[in-house]
Amino acid sequence: MKRITILAGVVWIALTGCDRAGEAGKDEARSSAPYASRYQPLPSGATLLTGATILTGAGERLDEADILVRDGKIVQVGKGLAADDAEVVDAAGMWITPGIIDVHSHLGVYPSPGVMAHADGNEISAPNTAEVWAEHSVWPQDPGFVAALAGGITTLQILPGSANLFGGRSVTVKNVPGRSVQDMKFPGAPYGLKMACGENPKRVYGEGKGVAPSTRMGSVAGYRKAWIAARDYRDKMEKADNGDGEAPTRDLQLETLAGVLDGDILVHNHCYRADEMAVMIDVAQEFGYNISAFHHAVEAYKIPDLLAENNICAAVWADWWGFKMEAFDGIRENAAIVADAGACAIVHSDDQRGIQRLNQETAKIIGAAARVDIDIPPEHAIQWITQNPARSLGIADSVGTLESGRMADIAVWDGDPFSVYSRVERVYIDGALVFDREDASVNPVTDFSLGTAAMTGGAE
Amino acid sequence: MSILNRSTGLLAALFVAGISAAQTTAITGATVHTAGPAGKIENATVVIRDGNIAAIGAGIAIPAGSTEIKAAGKIVTPGLITPFGQIGLVEVHAVEGTVDYVQRGDQFSASFDPADAYNPRSTLIATNRIEGITHAIIAPQAQEPDEFGNQSRILSGLASVVRLSDEDYIVERGAAFVANLGETGGALAAGSRAAALLVLRTALDDARDYARNVEAYEQGNRREYSLSRNDLRALQELLDGSKPLLVSAHRASDISTAIRLADEYEFDLIVMGGAEAWMVADELAAAGASVILDTLANLPDTFEQLNARLDAAAILARAGVRFAIGGDGASQNHNARNITQAAGIAVANGLPWDAALRALTLAPAEMYGVAGRIGSLEAGKRADLVIWNEDPLELTSYPEQVFMAGEAVPMESRQTLLRDRYMDRSSGKPPAFR
Repeated sequence: MKRITILAGVVWIALTGCDRAGEAGKDEARSSAPYASRYQPLPSGATLLTGATILTGAGERLDEADILVRDGKIVQVGKGLAADDAEVVDAAGMWITPGIIDVHSHLGVYPSPGVMAHADGNEISAPNTAEVWAEHSVWPQDPGFVAALAGGITTLQILPGSANLFGGRSVTVKNVPGRSVQDMKFPGAPYGLKMACGENPKRVYGEGKGVAPSTRMGSVAGYRKAWIAARDYRDKMEKADNGDGEAPTRDLQLETLAGVLDGDILVHNHCYRADEMAVMIDVAQEFGYNISAFHHAVEAYKIPDLLAENNICAAVWADWWGFKMEAFDGIRENAAIVADAGACAIVHSDDQRGIQRLNQETAKIIGAAARVDIDIPPEHAIQWITQNPARSLGIADSVGTLESGRMADIAVWDGDPFSVYSRVERVYIDGALVFDREDASVNPVTDFSLGTAAMTGGAE
Repeated sequence: MSILNRSTGLLAALFVAGISAAQTTAITGATVHTAGPAGKIENATVVIRDGNIAAIGAGIAIPAGSTEIKAAGKIVTPGLITPFGQIGLVEVHAVEGTVDYVQRGDQFSASFDPADAYNPRSTLIATNRIEGITHAIIAPQAQEPDEFGNQSRILSGLASVVRLSDEDYIVERGAAFVANLGETGGALAAGSRAAALLVLRTALDDARDYARNVEAYEQGNRREYSLSRNDLRALQELLDGSKPLLVSAHRASDISTAIRLADEYEFDLIVMGGAEAWMVADELAAAGASVILDTLANLPDTFEQLNARLDAAAILARAGVRFAIGGDGASQNHNARNITQAAGIAVANGLPWDAALRALTLAPAEMYGVAGRIGSLEAGKRADLVIWNEDPLELTSYPEQVFMAGEAVPMESRQTLLRDRYMDRSSGKPPAFR
């Protein structure tokens, strides 16, 4: 179902209805939406990487295996591959994984240098700013993008901050610095909606501005009021589409929330405490939407069964704890306990340094889990930073695993990625070599970094 | 479920034996990285008596009557030292009542000694100790003005060396003075780095003048000073060269300025942060200055870190600069345990492994003047050491046992208690009843 509205002489095609990301017709419509992706893969030929240890991201490990990519796509993963047209790269001793995906980043919206003039991640003017879009704050010259690339990051979700109950829309980007965010935007990726519970909204509004919410119960009332309004808005739009009454004036805030109710926009909910996550699951059930992932989820290990039942990912740090009250119960085994219970675990960064080494954050969890006899082999651990974030972002059909037909987003490591001594040797995005530790001329340099050590060694 | 039930024979043996300081213990068969002159010793024996290392080496006889801990295949290192932070001075950063590392207002400066607020039972202590951290440097931290406009001072107080132990925990009170230069110093002074330097110089000149005119001052016959009497008295130990000044600075030019000041007033210098220290590595080496290096710095977080790079530790090591690893928010305080990761990253970027271990042990002990007692495994030093299952810098490695003064400490923290409670679903009862 499509609705066409004439708006200031521009044909505006918006979507309602229940068609999910990736279904027929969807991508076509999205591409004609405003602010559409202008991402163009860099030119690439065919490449055959041979003799590596390959973690597919789909749970498999292949030793002494090859991977063939052509025209930006993965052709095949296996042993003894050959291709006459391909550049052959001897990757013996190397490990190959899908490009790493960070489900929680503020690169571009809180870029380096972290000066006030750059602080564009939190619209702290009202507790509900579902109408703002993170992409309209992204500074593509953030040197953090390049540093993240050297850590194997090929895709990231850039979120608004967590000051608000509804922080606004996220944007998922390919980690190829462009002149504008539209050059980076992941083609066809669904939008996310950032929600936040806990200490931040009540601190910023109740304590900081003397307006609601000043309590957690105030926050929940705020979510519920907003969803009621969104439901009404959506119902009126639908009726108008069916010729029953006049469509309400377009409202950017309600449009985003209605997109969630329609299943087009995925909810990424900042939430630390187990009891609050349980309440947020109830809110979602009351209004009939799904939560894609709880972010930070410091206490996810207390409710892994609830997360599994409701098909919600827990996106967590390895070991951040104690910086505020709701982070006091953080433990390193968090993701391991979640995964052990059959729920979806993701390791995220929320940090311009952490994003450079999600593999290492994952490794710390492997070590902690081993102490309590939870064995997490590398082929499973890698899923926490590849396939699982791809799932939660609604792009698992395109990236996150090394399977035929997927985008050729690949990280090549000089050893086991879960060793502190290993580094990313090469990164391919859509089959194009975009980072090469042995050849700095390949690597991007942001405008801001010109003339600094980042040119010669900052990313090394 | 207890972690002990699942643990290796090593742990079980220790607790059955009830290792305590009064006994003689011999750890045998491990690869010992002493961080001292003996370097690495394969198949070593470490004899511990009365809480101290009695002997260490290969082929040493095990004293009669001692308890032997067989550690073949294991790695032994000195207990690690987190070189700057606020362990024991904070429980939750955002809960003000638990924060004791900030001093604002005009009342005190150089004499502010947060060691008086140190809480040896803080949850941060066991959490980090079971990961191999046995000592910490605790220090004041400058912060933005409070609601009344009170702000921290350029000279923000004293840093102390503590053991992460319930008893006998002050190793060296007031081991260094702490000062803020660079952007922070500029913000605390009248907006300029130059003003911060002037404040510092004035303080030092006042302290010098005070020492020469104590009697006149006490009788009220001396000009006004920029600091309180307590501060002026405290600073004598900087002016006489017995304690170093730790200066927070990143920009190469700020570090050079600090080196000149140290030369002029003849004190030892520790540079904290040092994102661009690699650019003045030779200058630092020539001045004999030390650095507490944030080895994860590689982004221009501020304009004073434009040239931060991941191989800075390797460059400093090649230039012969003494440095410790730590001081980044993610490898400090609650997560001081992550200094091993920070060191591993430095190794991945060119730092020799032995130099990395030294940066976590002997180097910080030296710069704070306590290397005679801690920081390496040598006969006569306190037996604060760690038995690791594998390479301590590896992310998946962990301590199998930590010893403080020869005593095996319980490998338990609030976090392991939480973990065990929520992993145990056998009873079917709610967690609070487990």
